[in-house]
Amino acid sequence: MTPDAPATPDPVLAVRGLSVRFRMRGDTFVRAVTDASFDLRLGECLALVGESGCGKSVLASALLGLLPGNAETAGSAHLGDTDLMTAGENVLARSVRGRRIGLVPQSPAAHLTPVRTVRSQLEETVRELTGPPRAEVRAAAERAAERAAFPADHLDRHPHELSGGLAQRAATALALIGDAPLLLADEPTTGLDRDLVERTVDELKRHTGDSRALLMITHDLAAAERIADRVAVMYAGRIVEIADAGDFFGARGPRHPYAGRLLDALPEREFTPIPGMPPELTALPDGCAFAARCTRATERCDRLPAFENSVACHHTLEVQRA
Amino acid sequence: MLELSAVTAGYEPRRPVLRDIDLDVEQGESVGLLGPSGCGKSTLARVAALLHRPESGHVVVDGETVHDWRYRAPRELRTAFGVVFQQPRLSADPRLRLAALIAEPLRAVGRTGEIPRRVEELAATVGLGAELLARRPHEVSDGQLQRACLARALVLRPRYLVCDEMTAMLDASTTAALVAVVEDYRRESGAGLLAVGHDRTLLERWCGRTVHWSQLTGDRGGDRAQDLEPAGRTAPGTA
Repeated sequence: MTPDAPATPDPVLAVRGLSVRFRMRGDTFVRAVTDASFDLRLGECLALVGESGCGKSVLASALLGLLPGNAETAGSAHLGDTDLMTAGENVLARSVRGRRIGLVPQSPAAHLTPVRTVRSQLEETVRELTGPPRAEVRAAAERAAERAAFPADHLDRHPHELSGGLAQRAATALALIGDAPLLLADEPTTGLDRDLVERTVDELKRHTGDSRALLMITHDLAAAERIADRVAVMYAGRIVEIADAGDFFGARGPRHPYAGRLLDALPEREFTPIPGMPPELTALPDGCAFAARCTRATERCDRLPAFENSVACHHTLEVQRA
Repeated sequence: MLELSAVTAGYEPRRPVLRDIDLDVEQGESVGLLGPSGCGKSTLARVAALLHRPESGHVVVDGETVHDWRYRAPRELRTAFGVVFQQPRLSADPRLRLAALIAEPLRAVGRTGEIPRRVEELAATVGLGAELLARRPHEVSDGQLQRACLARALVLRPRYLVCDEMTAMLDASTTAALVAVVEDYRRESGAGLLAVGHDRTLLERWCGRTVHWSQLTGDRGGDRAQDLEPAGRTAPGTA
């Protein structure tokens, strides 16, 4: 775990009350993210976990300004003194994407340009982001590949000639070129086998070091447990718990009933699914969104629980234990 | 029983990705096949599900030797298998609503009369509501789409289920839910299951018997891609 510095510096990323909704036909809304708030500091890795369709990836797109045209946002997300929610496309394109936020994409094979070699893509990115003299581009691209442990003898291959693990490293190499202080990894391990998952997240952790912050969006709880300093659990568009990773996965355990059931679904634990399905983001209940699937739910849950002491629940697990 | 004996298969002449593999799945049995990515286990699953013709070797389904694969396989053999793949997006026709997606095999064999009843049953089994059934793949999450793909695999009540990394893209809760659906079906129908994957914890928890790829090949086959190279080869020096 990262020890808290005595005087905590300003966070790399400060998200406050971030909401994203999509306007659909007939004036209905898909509320993908509701009122999300969290900080991310230098040297820290925050894992944002939750079931598929809970709004995790929309949050990532919002931070990068890559939402589709029918999206409406509220709240703020400060990266240094830039508010990513109000910054114009010019600012995002010229100074944020790649330069201040490095994106490690969900599906590296689809992220890379299929008709060009890895070398050509690295060189293009080096030229765009760091603008070295022309003679040094090639060497800089090779250094970028080496940094992500991408083997030099594979640089002249096309993406389809790479294994999943190598494609992942190529994408990571691209993400690191701009020396961005914030790394945003959106499901970096989907579909990889266990050894590769561990290697990929270990490498992300290593690249984060003390000089970057890492926001890893994932549904892979084992990957989160391996490298995260803190865990944020998302359900139906809301962050319902933020916890120290050691506490969350360790003896204390999660405090939100949903987080508890999510861990219990793991094959190394109970392997029991959570009954029912998450609510549709077009028709979220007024109260707690998890109440319909929760064994602890009472009439109090008809009221929306406030996010207090890092958890949003009327009946947290520790209260029951005490 | 599903018997694969001395199966050699690949995609290019004289470059088999797997050689001389034997594997049996009894009726009612659940077999987990574990292996790292790139080892050839998905190719074996495709051979077992009659989706890929092996270069040599035999596949015998309940005593009947298979002579033809894919669309050439006789219907009663083809429909004896339900297959669920890793990536629901790639195995779902983007134009079909989920209800039509689930009903597709019934339509293909001309049993359209059963569609309303079976789709309703299976939607309930896999946990898809009426509202979701009316959506197209791009309007649902991976987990929801994989639920529909599993329902589609079960719609003809197959004698064998082949699940190739069915849950690799999914979160823990959806994984547990889909495995429970497969296991309920297997218990109730007596179908055999071949579950292919790389997650040892999951397969050992799920299946009655787990086989590691290296046991099938005796450590001789399986050209592994770069993924298997020791991490030490490239990792150091960058820290």
